[in-house]
Amino acid sequence: MRAIGIILAGGNSQRLKDLCKLRAIAAMPVAGAFRAIDFALSNMSNSNINKVAVITQYNSRSLHDHLSAAKWWDLDRKQGGLFIFTPFLSRENNYWFRGIADSIYQNISFLKRSHEPYVVITSGDAVYKMDYNDIINYHIEKGADITICYKDLAGGSQNPQDFGIIELDHENRMTGFEEKPLEPKATTASLGIYVIQRSLLIKLLEAAIPEGQYDLVKDIILRNKNELNIFGYNYDGYWSTLNSVNAYMRTNMDFLKKDVREMLTTQPYIVTKPKDEPPAKYNYGADVKNSIVASGSIINGLVRDSVLFRNVFLGEYSSVKNSIVMGSCYIGKGCVIENAILDKEVVVADGKQIIGEPNNPIVIPKGQIV
Amino acid sequence: MRKKEMMAMLLAGGQGSRLGVLTSGKAKPAVAFGGKYRIIDFPMSNCVNSGIDTVGVLTQYRPLALNRHIGIGTPWDLDRKAGGASILAPFVKDGEKGNWYSGTADAIYQNISYIDQCNPQYVLILSGDHKQNKCDVTIAVLEVTMEEASRFGIMNADENDKIYEFEEKPPQPKSNLASMGIYIFTWDVLRKALIEDSKVHSDSDFGKHIIPKMLDEGRTLYAYRFKDYWKDVGTIESYWQANMELIKTIPEFNLYEDFWKIYTNNDYMPPQYTGENASVKTSLISEGCLIYGTVENSVISKNVVIEEGAVIKDSIIMENSIIGANTVIERCIIDQDTKIGANVKMGLGENIVNEDKPKIYNTGITVIGSSTTVPDNIEIGKNCVILGNTTADMYKDNKLESGKSVIIEGAIV
Repeated sequence: MRAIGIILAGGNSQRLKDLCKLRAIAAMPVAGAFRAIDFALSNMSNSNINKVAVITQYNSRSLHDHLSAAKWWDLDRKQGGLFIFTPFLSRENNYWFRGIADSIYQNISFLKRSHEPYVVITSGDAVYKMDYNDIINYHIEKGADITICYKDLAGGSQNPQDFGIIELDHENRMTGFEEKPLEPKATTASLGIYVIQRSLLIKLLEAAIPEGQYDLVKDIILRNKNELNIFGYNYDGYWSTLNSVNAYMRTNMDFLKKDVREMLTTQPYIVTKPKDEPPAKYNYGADVKNSIVASGSIINGLVRDSVLFRNVFLGEYSSVKNSIVMGSCYIGKGCVIENAILDKEVVVADGKQIIGEPNNPIVIPKGQIV
Repeated sequence: MRKKEMMAMLLAGGQGSRLGVLTSGKAKPAVAFGGKYRIIDFPMSNCVNSGIDTVGVLTQYRPLALNRHIGIGTPWDLDRKAGGASILAPFVKDGEKGNWYSGTADAIYQNISYIDQCNPQYVLILSGDHKQNKCDVTIAVLEVTMEEASRFGIMNADENDKIYEFEEKPPQPKSNLASMGIYIFTWDVLRKALIEDSKVHSDSDFGKHIIPKMLDEGRTLYAYRFKDYWKDVGTIESYWQANMELIKTIPEFNLYEDFWKIYTNNDYMPPQYTGENASVKTSLISEGCLIYGTVENSVISKNVVIEEGAVIKDSIIMENSIIGANTVIERCIIDQDTKIGANVKMGLGENIVNEDKPKIYNTGITVIGSSTTVPDNIEIGKNCVILGNTTADMYKDNKLESGKSVIIEGAIV
């Protein structure tokens, strides 16, 4: 019990368009059965971090529903467990969280009442599997005040311009940091995963917030970069954040690759809230290749290179190619779905076609009847 | 204490010896069914869906798999402060020797103190495998054909379904109302009968002793005619049939109904993946499976791997098993944690009944026990049984003829 965890799940993105109209990014469905936050939550409990705060703000209803019982992540504890922090009104305070640092500061009693020496802060919007003990050990070994996890994006499909770019010297000490630079000086992107001493975090927050400094990166990390030992920790495993429709599509499709899928099929497992659906049912007309099909689904048609979530019904002579079909969608007979993202509970009537472009998938919002 | 209207006692101690090697390592209620489920999930879920929140599960024969599966009842929302699921194993009592459960009624008799603590008005007795009128006992019955009736305990009832006679496996049945082994008793009445009967029969049984005794005493017993889906999965053939019925386009027993969900202990497997060269038709595929080969008319449990080129037809494969590349399996049941090598052929040849256990393996289905290994390139016939970590030298000319068995003694500890 040497660390507590904070998962930042308040985020929304205009770039996710209608997919995020009704839900926080952390609640985005991923890989057939999960929501994005399952990855951060499972990482916490798999790293023996048993006291975890989830900070929510934007459209948090679906997230609260998902987190209504902490037992699935082994976080139903008397000592520690899961804490969910939303903005609230009080005599002193009648505003929403004004930034990430502010959202932690408004719940500073969580930090003050803990005794663990370290805090692991991560975003609930990213898909990755990490043992946080590795980064905590590195943090201790380096004698760091703050450790920032980064990944070299060179050669990958993610654009450095979308990320905070960390500049490092030969010892991996941070020398500079630029938020979403137009002309990045490096390809080493911050993953928004930090380790910091709990007492230091309290001190920095108490200094910054009363001065109106509410941002974690700008006002806590960069402002103190000359006074503190800030190190980068290189992570070279799979990491993807859901910051646009294309990134969402790509992340889901990545799970059709064996090496990415192994993240789910090897221990320690990524865990989600169980839905108790029966096994997927393949009927006579089923023809499925290179696809993920979640439980409760009934397949009568053709599926290629796609991810089908729970309880999807696919009618006879219909085809789904290179698409994401979220939970409880109903696709009738003789439909064609290509390069599309069907949000939950979409109904596609017999014979309808929904066809997007390979690099620009068409998004059908939740519950729409086509 | 607040009075409970109804609680359930689930008899889950049976070996189920007619399921052969499938119950060599676990009790019958713990046997996998319908892909991701175990048999006991069905009565457990029925209790919860019927609003019964107190369930005692009586275990005896090889209870480990069952204990792990049920835990504190979380999957069925039976992790309750008042009531919930309790596993009731036989125990040693003060000053006297402990006893195994020697009969169905004896098992309930030995747990009178547990039921008294729950303080119910009625007790529902279910086998691992409502109330109406004002009566002491209601017995659920199924209308079977007169030919089948001599295999069951038969209730002879009047036009109001009031039972006047019970006959165990009668050669000349007078009615076709077969007992399903499901009873509702008024607890005070049952409690008295159990105590009295335990003095006469040490192996006290509901069918043989308690029901006839109550009839003799002039108690009111009613039959409840069950019209829905009920299947006995007591033999290899009926177990296989019941699984296969689930894969029909619209099965008689529909797992996909939202209002009557069947719950099980989820093992947090990711959704299943079907590979580039795979083909899956008329089958149930559970979470965590990786399918690279061909699957037809089969029920596949959680976390099963079917390698490239393998062909599975008319078979049941249980959790965590791995089927090697280019292996062909037809009409087989493969228990959990089993590894079948590459280029194996299984379920071929003539339908010759099993030499050692002809009464168990006689319908052509080959059965592979749990945690078994079958090496590469072996040809296996029908009605075969394999159990344990077998190696190529145990198969003459890489073959196992129909009706033969390879069972490694001590494979199941």
